[in-house]
Amino acid sequence: MAAVAEQAKATELRPAVAGRNPWALAWRRLRSNRIALAALGLFVLILGLSLAAPLYAHDVANVSNPFNPNLNGTTVVHGKIVPIMEQGGGLLKLGEAPIGPTWDLHHYFLGADGIGRDVAVLLLYGGRSSLQIGIVSTVICCVIATLVALVAGFFGGLTDTILSRIMDVIWAFPVYLLAISLATELLTHSNGLRIGPLDIQAASLWVPTLIIAFIYIPYVYRPIRGQVLSVVNKEFVEAAIAQGASNIRLIFSEILPNVVSTVIVLLPLMIATNILTESALSFLSIGVQPPNVSWGTIISDGQDLLYTRPWVSIAPGIMIVLTVLSLNVLGDGVRDALDPRAKLRVG
Amino acid sequence: MLTFIVRRTLWTVVVMFVITVLVFFIFFKTPGVDPARAIAGRSPTPQVLAEVRAQLGLNRPLWIQYGLMMKRIFITRNLVSYSDQGQLVVPEIFAAAPATLSLVFGAAVIWIVMAIVMGVAAARLRGKIYDPILMVLALIGISAPVFWLGQVINLITQGSLHNSVFSWVPPLGYTPFSTSPLQWFEGLIFPWITLSILYIGFYARVLRANLLEIQSEDYVRTARAKGLSEGRVLVRHTLRTSMITFVSLFGLDFGALVGGGAILTEVVFGIHGVGFLTYEALQNLDLPTIMAVVIYGAFFIVLANALVDIAYAWLDPRVRPT
Repeated sequence: MAAVAEQAKATELRPAVAGRNPWALAWRRLRSNRIALAALGLFVLILGLSLAAPLYAHDVANVSNPFNPNLNGTTVVHGKIVPIMEQGGGLLKLGEAPIGPTWDLHHYFLGADGIGRDVAVLLLYGGRSSLQIGIVSTVICCVIATLVALVAGFFGGLTDTILSRIMDVIWAFPVYLLAISLATELLTHSNGLRIGPLDIQAASLWVPTLIIAFIYIPYVYRPIRGQVLSVVNKEFVEAAIAQGASNIRLIFSEILPNVVSTVIVLLPLMIATNILTESALSFLSIGVQPPNVSWGTIISDGQDLLYTRPWVSIAPGIMIVLTVLSLNVLGDGVRDALDPRAKLRVG
Repeated sequence: MLTFIVRRTLWTVVVMFVITVLVFFIFFKTPGVDPARAIAGRSPTPQVLAEVRAQLGLNRPLWIQYGLMMKRIFITRNLVSYSDQGQLVVPEIFAAAPATLSLVFGAAVIWIVMAIVMGVAAARLRGKIYDPILMVLALIGISAPVFWLGQVINLITQGSLHNSVFSWVPPLGYTPFSTSPLQWFEGLIFPWITLSILYIGFYARVLRANLLEIQSEDYVRTARAKGLSEGRVLVRHTLRTSMITFVSLFGLDFGALVGGGAILTEVVFGIHGVGFLTYEALQNLDLPTIMAVVIYGAFFIVLANALVDIAYAWLDPRVRPT
């Protein structure tokens, strides 16, 4: 009797095995993937440095407004006062070249660009624009694509056909050409765009953000719709219908949680894609407009100075490569963590 | 199969029509923009403005305006670019096409070969050190903006090393094959490399992922059980199946590039192809040219989409819809 009682007590004292939900498991897998964590750290570092730029740019540049041309200014290099635009070389001393990298953190670290602005500071502010546009456009794109995919997948039939065909047509438009068309149209009209209550200025960052968000909606829509379709026929959805759940409840409480992991996997990859697209559009002068800068506009400005002051073009490119690389590695890590047996391994 | 082809072709025509309508709306009906003023170039004289208004038929119903514009682009082909001193747009596009085609074909050859080599090597050498190295290279390839990469390459070949190692590289620009095949080649080799790096990275990763996925299939297990060497299994069996995805992705990207998607590479290397034309039109906000180029590009993409779908259905019978 005593032995049985003791055994019973021992069983009660032994804790039950704690169950782990899939998110905790995924998080644990991600945490053990050191490369992905390093990539995440790098991305957060770049993001933090860029977003906080206004706070410490004054320390780096010593100018009141980093966007102002500074053609006649001077700066201090190794204790000597030097004009920012140097006299050209050759016999006739024609032309002017902006100062090259001084490698001095407070005075034109990476040199000046064509109109005398400090490249290092522009890099930080450019990062702000590029990252802002990349992240916001991704969020908008994914939210809209998910909603449309949920509606199309859930209701099926004619709704699905119509929505998918609309997406096909938008996607049939060459991505860059659609962006070019929209951007050009919005730029030829300098008073901005008025859609009902919304009033967006032509030079605001919202124009490239919305354009980039729009053109990638079909791309995100397709895999999410596939996932919705595979979830819609599962038994637990049927059970919820039998319990009398309304459509809204079904969509948001049953289907959406099972689709969210696909969206999360797509997020870092789409941010990377959008940053690259924004830099391309800015390089073509139809993305971010002056006086705003982004990494793409700095590269474009540096094209004329390519053979004399290469750092103006090289530095923003390196930043883009680092950011996009870290996002891609992070995206791979997130995909491995959320679904180690993923079929959707398309790079 | 035939019904599939017919249906796909009909759908292509529908999509082309919808795209032209969309383009028309974007360029003519964006709220707040006066199309005549936008088309007439930067500082139009009143006569030019009146002429443009008459040609566009802005007083007539919407569908007549659309018809007039489509007629100018496709049938009479006398769409005029006011920003470019009255240059005829459509012949200009066709004149620029060979440069783009040379660029894209050469780059495509390079990227197909290199992507297959890298993808197969990475799959084969899985577990050893070369696999992660190759994949990191591929990742860097897809992370670098192509226009920046082109600038860096230009810096190296045209800049300081131009007098020594790279003296054979001609100045930036395109030489038609008929003028000088050697210079055509020398002028295109670096644009080819630049353009293909991005795609090599992407396709090598896709191919490697596909190959690894197929490795666990039953028929591969059978092949190994039969005693085939790993390499033979890889090349003769798994590679063929992965080719399906590869070919369909390739068709889409190739179509996009031919349709003017190589704009960034062309601008950086000064190759006067369709992409460069688009870029110049963008700089001058030359709407007729932009419109025509967009329709031209869309046409190629839609065509490539249709061909890829048909090829995919032919290669993989499981995909054919009823």
